[in-house]
Amino acid sequence: MKLFNEPSPLETKIISFRFGLENSASIDTYLAHDGYKALRKALEISPDDIINELKASNLRGRGGAGFPTGMKWSFVPRASEKPKYIVVNADESEPGTCKDRLLIQHDPHQLIEGCLIGALAVGAKKGWIYIRGEYNYLIHIMDKAIAEAYKNGYLGKNICGTDFEFDLYTHTGAGAYECGEESALLESLEGKRGVPRIRPPFPAISGAFQSPTLLNNVETFSSVPAILRMGGQAYADLGVPRSGGTRLVCMSGHVNKPGVYEVPLGFPLMKFVNEIGGGVWKGRALKAIIPGGSSSPLLKAEECDIPMDYDSIAKAGSMLGSGGLMVMDETTDMVKVALRIMRFYQHESCGWCIPCREGTTWLKKMLQRVSDGHGQTRDIDLIGDLAQNMMGRTFCPLGDAAAMPTIAIVKKYRNEFEEYVARNPFASPELVSIA
Amino acid sequence: MALVNVTINGVQVQAENGALLIEVAKQNGIEIPAFCYYEGMSLQAACRMCLVEVEKAPKLMAGCTLPVAEGMVVRTESEPVVKARKTTLEFLLSNHPLDCPVCDKGGECELQDMTFKYGVGESRFTEIKQHVPEKQWSPVVFYDAPRCILCYRCVRVCNEGMGVGALGVSYRGVNAEIIPSNGDHLECDECGSCIDICPVGSLTSGIYRYKTRPWEMEHVGTVCTHCSNGCKTTLGVRNNEIVRGNNRDKSGINGEFLCVKGRYAFDFTQHPERLQTPLIRNAAGELEEASWSRALKLVAEKFKALAGPDFGVIGSTRTTNEENYLLQKFARTALGTASIDHHRTGDVVTLIDSLSGKTGQLATAEDLYTSKAVLVVASDLSQQQPLLANKIRANVRHHKAAVYTVTPGPVREDKIARKAIRIAEADSLAGVEQLREALSKEAELVIIYGDAIQGEKVRQLVAFGESLGIPVKYVALVDYANSRGALDMGLLPDLGPGYHATAPGRSLQQMLDDPKLAALWVVGSNPLKGGKSLASTNAFVVVQDLFLTETAQRADVVLPAASAYEKNGTVTNVCGQVQRLKKGIETVGSKADLAIIGLLARGMGVNLGKVDADAIFAEIAASVPGYNQLPMPVILTGGAVQTHPVNGGVPPSSVPGIIASARDTLFTTGSLTRYSKILNEVLEKPGALYS
Ligand SMILES: Cc1cc2nc3c(=O)[nH]c(=O)nc-3n(C[C@H](O)[C@H](O)[C@H](O)COP(=O)(O)O)c2cc1C
Ligand code: SF4
Ligand code: SF4
Ligand code: SF4
Ligand code: SF4
Ligand code: FES
Repeated sequence: MKLFNEPSPLETKIISFRFGLENSASIDTYLAHDGYKALRKALEISPDDIINELKASNLRGRGGAGFPTGMKWSFVPRASEKPKYIVVNADESEPGTCKDRLLIQHDPHQLIEGCLIGALAVGAKKGWIYIRGEYNYLIHIMDKAIAEAYKNGYLGKNICGTDFEFDLYTHTGAGAYECGEESALLESLEGKRGVPRIRPPFPAISGAFQSPTLLNNVETFSSVPAILRMGGQAYADLGVPRSGGTRLVCMSGHVNKPGVYEVPLGFPLMKFVNEIGGGVWKGRALKAIIPGGSSSPLLKAEECDIPMDYDSIAKAGSMLGSGGLMVMDETTDMVKVALRIMRFYQHESCGWCIPCREGTTWLKKMLQRVSDGHGQTRDIDLIGDLAQNMMGRTFCPLGDAAAMPTIAIVKKYRNEFEEYVARNPFASPELVSIA
Repeated sequence: MALVNVTINGVQVQAENGALLIEVAKQNGIEIPAFCYYEGMSLQAACRMCLVEVEKAPKLMAGCTLPVAEGMVVRTESEPVVKARKTTLEFLLSNHPLDCPVCDKGGECELQDMTFKYGVGESRFTEIKQHVPEKQWSPVVFYDAPRCILCYRCVRVCNEGMGVGALGVSYRGVNAEIIPSNGDHLECDECGSCIDICPVGSLTSGIYRYKTRPWEMEHVGTVCTHCSNGCKTTLGVRNNEIVRGNNRDKSGINGEFLCVKGRYAFDFTQHPERLQTPLIRNAAGELEEASWSRALKLVAEKFKALAGPDFGVIGSTRTTNEENYLLQKFARTALGTASIDHHRTGDVVTLIDSLSGKTGQLATAEDLYTSKAVLVVASDLSQQQPLLANKIRANVRHHKAAVYTVTPGPVREDKIARKAIRIAEADSLAGVEQLREALSKEAELVIIYGDAIQGEKVRQLVAFGESLGIPVKYVALVDYANSRGALDMGLLPDLGPGYHATAPGRSLQQMLDDPKLAALWVVGSNPLKGGKSLASTNAFVVVQDLFLTETAQRADVVLPAASAYEKNGTVTNVCGQVQRLKKGIETVGSKADLAIIGLLARGMGVNLGKVDADAIFAEIAASVPGYNQLPMPVILTGGAVQTHPVNGGVPPSSVPGIIASARDTLFTTGSLTRYSKILNEVLEKPGALYS
């Protein structure tokens, strides 16, 4: 299968090393390249040993929140009257993010193997891969891989000749960003309206069909086989303390070589843009970077000299999030960026809670007006204030995700808003007395 | 459960570990404002109105979903909290039409109240608000999406409270709105609970819309006059017209529940065919309008002349206890007859006899909400006994009660039942027997049974219950608002008030069939319904009713009567709970049955003592077993008190009588409902039980 972008020699290919191999999605290719070896290893050790390896690996969730995976797996109760489930979050909808799609397209068996190891670790017998509706073609690839795995004894009963059994299914979403939020995903999986649930309880305790559920991102599960093969410690050592291993970073925007690249955590951000990405396009200067998907506050060029790991980016006031890195050159209009981002969240707000439902709408309307040249002086503060009023008050993090970038843009590029407003001759209307 | 120490606004309080903060605050007199939180229903955490500051929490927390824990320190009025509330209200109002001057809810709207108390009072938005046109979902339910604050109370009350699930949410984001599950219209119980529970004027009622401002109504707390369940209802009266029925104050046994009949079917009082003048059959054989004095004089003379054992009296299942008591007393003394009966709809008598010598085994409506297990035998409860069904649903939701059904066809209770047995009504007891093992493992049980269980079967059912070795209570289901009171007051051919033996007379059927019957006095009943005729063609027939029923059409004199919403008195519900009726509106032309009986007695020269509801209730309380020692203050203030009927066994009956429920569905309860325009509108198909 043709690759999305040319690989870079600066990459550390741990989970993407099969990308580009001939027939990389087939089980034969997979088996020929270390496929299902980690599973055999996992079958020989205890569930606790698997979880300890994961804990040692410092793997953190690749879906956005960056929660330590080993810890999450250990939350699933050992003893449970109810069946336990595996759910893979393949809803990948965060603007700027397009890595899960490659993992499924090029290496679906790696994901299946990750699920199998997860199932062994928590004692699950059934799992679903929840794939966003727009990724229809991936469902066919995944279904084909699942069929192959059944045929070759890696799914179903007596896996690898043991009494381990596991069934895996694909399930399609209908095209809602919110259904990537884990609890909304579970509602949707159960056939209900995709709105979030009250938490706690978290999915590990009560997830799909009120049963303990291990829910992780595609990339998180796909990283598990490598961890078992190379050992948790060795994997951790690739990254930095508290952020182990490698991750796929999806670079888009004004760069010369956009694409998905695998680098160790802690890889320097500017080196990533300049050396792997070939620098800002058209010889222009860098203006800002969104480091982790549209929800993460953007960093001004001068704030970008940092390593790409969870803690360093958090210290700079943003998030590593889902690995969707967007580069903006000096010509970028920040009012339009704010509007474009808000249009997305306004369209995707599920409507369950008031601050997000109303906040995203009004922010969009106001940003639209400012961008249309009808902004008024007081709008700038009002936009910042409304975003602040959503922050931390919504039912699920989507509201925060909409507020955070807005707050950051208004704060960091207030002058651009002021320039828009200044062009409006009616920007500061005087109060007219009606008497 | 363990107690924990929680500090709210600097005051240390104790609370059950894990209790919801919003409830703990309320118990301690602190309001945490809320829209989507609703006691007794599932949690939503959607409106974000209840955000409070919790020490050590990184952000404001929703008080409606926060379980309290030891050492928790909470502030509900700190600056960040106050600001958050203001901004939530600002968001809420941002797309709200603010058409309070023409909104039904204006004056009793939670959004108005919250804005008044916590809001900012000015708008910072200039863009155009979202608008969608109003929709009509049924003759009684209208939905105005722009006013909707998406608190999901309506969705929950319909799904969880009613067990109907006719409402859901559609679209997303700012376009999200409430929508009927089948698209554009409701096929549901039409109970109006959704309208009632809506905090704003988004859901409005087809018959109340634009009729009044809330503060222009008088509010009269009385009891629904339709089925036997005895729901408390507050009538909204404006210009002597009932425009609304609800129980928002949650007084009485039904909380805020009302079914379609209690909510809307008061409009029969205004029906154009309502009788307003007495009618006398003239020489040409036609009923002709007459004055009250002429009609009363004629009837009194005839009654005096025809008094004796061949005089028949048929009483009502809707008139008050006082009226029933006085009627039988008048009949048995002044008219000298023992032939007195009413339309019996359930075998209460045998139940009381079977339980003689035992106490506390007649269940109240409340018991259906608290009992750990309930067995329903031969009744389509959600249709025939809507409140009792509602209590059972709430019991399952809140206490995980075990429900068992033995019915001839599908019933709504099947969905929540541990076991549902499908068996012909005649074989109900065999069905019950199949549940023996499961039932004997329950800690306690309430058995409720329909009219298919009568006579010997009641005894067998009680014997079954008593053999389970667990505490068992019973309810014998009856149909109408005062069916139970008619029995208790002795509208029976061989039993007087309190089920005491009296000289036997004719049963209802025997009266109809007896060619020798000299006179028939029918008070609030329609025994000739369905084309039946009177064997005695010469009998002088007097009918007191609201409408010219089939029976009234056969009468020689028709006296227009007042409905339950037009008089004072007491009624007794299916569980033997006595409640007080309060006059909501004045009648035009008609008179209360009590007054009519009194006037006839006077015309005959009979002294019945003081004919006034309170005086007669005092006489009932003094002389009718079961009605003595009732705590009057509870009844007088609108509460319900269960009677304690005889404890010494009921003498066996020598008069064969018929017990038959009218098998009404949810949308019908006897003749009255035929004259409710609104019920006829919502009733698309006749509907059937067990379907
Ligand atoms: C609005 C919203 C959208 C999200 N979308 C995704 C998504 O598309 N894919 C994903 O893996 N996680 C998504 N998440 C994060 C998930 O809720 C969850 O944290 C994650 O799937 C857990 O897996 P991990 O621990 O492997 O990261 C989203 C979260 C929010 C709040
Ligand atoms: S913040 Fe609220 S409205 Fe927005 S997506 Fe989450 S639950 Fe839905
Ligand atoms: S009227 Fe009653 S049954 Fe119908 S939708 Fe409203 S709550 Fe549900
Ligand atoms: S219609 Fe009323 S009860 Fe229903 S969600 Fe809207 S505001 Fe709440
Ligand atoms: S359940 Fe019976 S008493 Fe209650 S409102 Fe309905 S008809 Fe009236
Ligand atoms: S009352 Fe708590 S969120 Fe609505």
